[in-house]
Amino acid sequence: MSNKEKYDQVFIENFSVSADQLNADFVYQCVPQWDSVGHMAMIAALEDTFDIMMETEDIIEFSSYTVGMEKLKKYGVEI
Amino acid sequence: MPESHDRPAEPVTDWPCFGLGGAEKRDRMLAEMRRLTAHHRAACAPYRAIVDKLGFANEDRIAALEDVPFLPVRLFKRQRLLSVPEADVVKTMTSSGTSGQSRSQIFLDKATSALQVKVLSRIMAEVMGPKRLPMLVIDCRATVADRYRFSARTAGILGFSMFGRDVCYALDDDMTLNPERTRAFLDKHAGQDILVFGFTFIVWRHLVRALEAARETLHLDRGILIHGGGWKQLQAEAVAPDAFRRGIADVTGMTRVHNYYGMVEQTGSIFMECAAGFLHASAWSEILIRDPVDFTPLPPGETGLIHLLSVIPHSYPGHSLLSEDIGQVLGRDDCPCGRMGTRLRIDGRLEHAEIRGCSDTFAA
Repeated sequence: MSNKEKYDQVFIENFSVSADQLNADFVYQCVPQWDSVGHMAMIAALEDTFDIMMETEDIIEFSSYTVGMEKLKKYGVEI
Repeated sequence: MPESHDRPAEPVTDWPCFGLGGAEKRDRMLAEMRRLTAHHRAACAPYRAIVDKLGFANEDRIAALEDVPFLPVRLFKRQRLLSVPEADVVKTMTSSGTSGQSRSQIFLDKATSALQVKVLSRIMAEVMGPKRLPMLVIDCRATVADRYRFSARTAGILGFSMFGRDVCYALDDDMTLNPERTRAFLDKHAGQDILVFGFTFIVWRHLVRALEAARETLHLDRGILIHGGGWKQLQAEAVAPDAFRRGIADVTGMTRVHNYYGMVEQTGSIFMECAAGFLHASAWSEILIRDPVDFTPLPPGETGLIHLLSVIPHSYPGHSLLSEDIGQVLGRDDCPCGRMGTRLRIDGRLEHAEIRGCSDTFAA
């Protein structure tokens, strides 16, 4: 699986959405599942998937599907 | 617009967490309080109506922190108070609200929300270091799993989870301790510092008492316990801070224990207990003590109502709040732990508190 596929898979599984919903409009709280509970679960899943540990600030600023890709770059993960 | 509306030259997040004392702390806090008071008077009509009715003239008259007008914290339960356009609100926080009471509603814009997190991160880094740590939550997963019963406990656990990783819940959903799961987690992270988080009364009843009753222990000598929230409905079981620390150490070996005091209305700028056992105001908050009857300021060493100041609230007028908690200022810039600023003690809650004045005035 490519990094993009892995990244998408985390969103699909965590937020029960389909791949075609994942675009620049997919932002924090745009679906009921992406609330503060879902957010921490998603972060944990991304950390497991890519074997990284994000800093607190990046977890907070991870406000959308697109921003998330930028954040992961910092940890050497190119989506 | 008066000069005090301007943003400060140095972002408040650059302030040293526990390094400001004396006139330096007072002057910075005073400048922020003037600025925020002016902002909220300009942006929040109900706030302006309340403080002006109480005789507040203008920000330039604020010569000391004692002059900053304050709202009773329970006003947020009755009033929708916001100082930014409705469209800017990105998050609404609610307080726990004990039975029969309505909940506070706190409206956050992006800037206020970000400042809360930055300030909390700075304060947490002082006790646990800059890295996220494996985290043991002394609560059950169900507390965060049920989104429809979102409580202060849920919010607290989630808020502090940002500082943890590989989060493990020590309790089963019926609130009994699961020693097997907890030991497996501790084995996995042996030799590392562990962030342990829980609410005071839950840690006491469901960890300390439970281990005592079962005659068991846990090896948490690398644990750093952050606990808060007081004793709630378990007031009768409450123990003094010293006894609490002893109890924890006896059954877990954990000696790095930090109580915190804070409220949803001033999320972020919490008061953290130091190794010497004293709660401290950080650079971003201050405490004044007021007479419960006539609200006059009381000197250190005298017990009264806690008046909290925080530089964080921008989107709602919560920068200066009179709580229903009682306590005292123990000293300033004099703690054996070396932290500058105010150290304080919380003695509990004013029973059947009825803080009159501002809210009644507004209803009139």
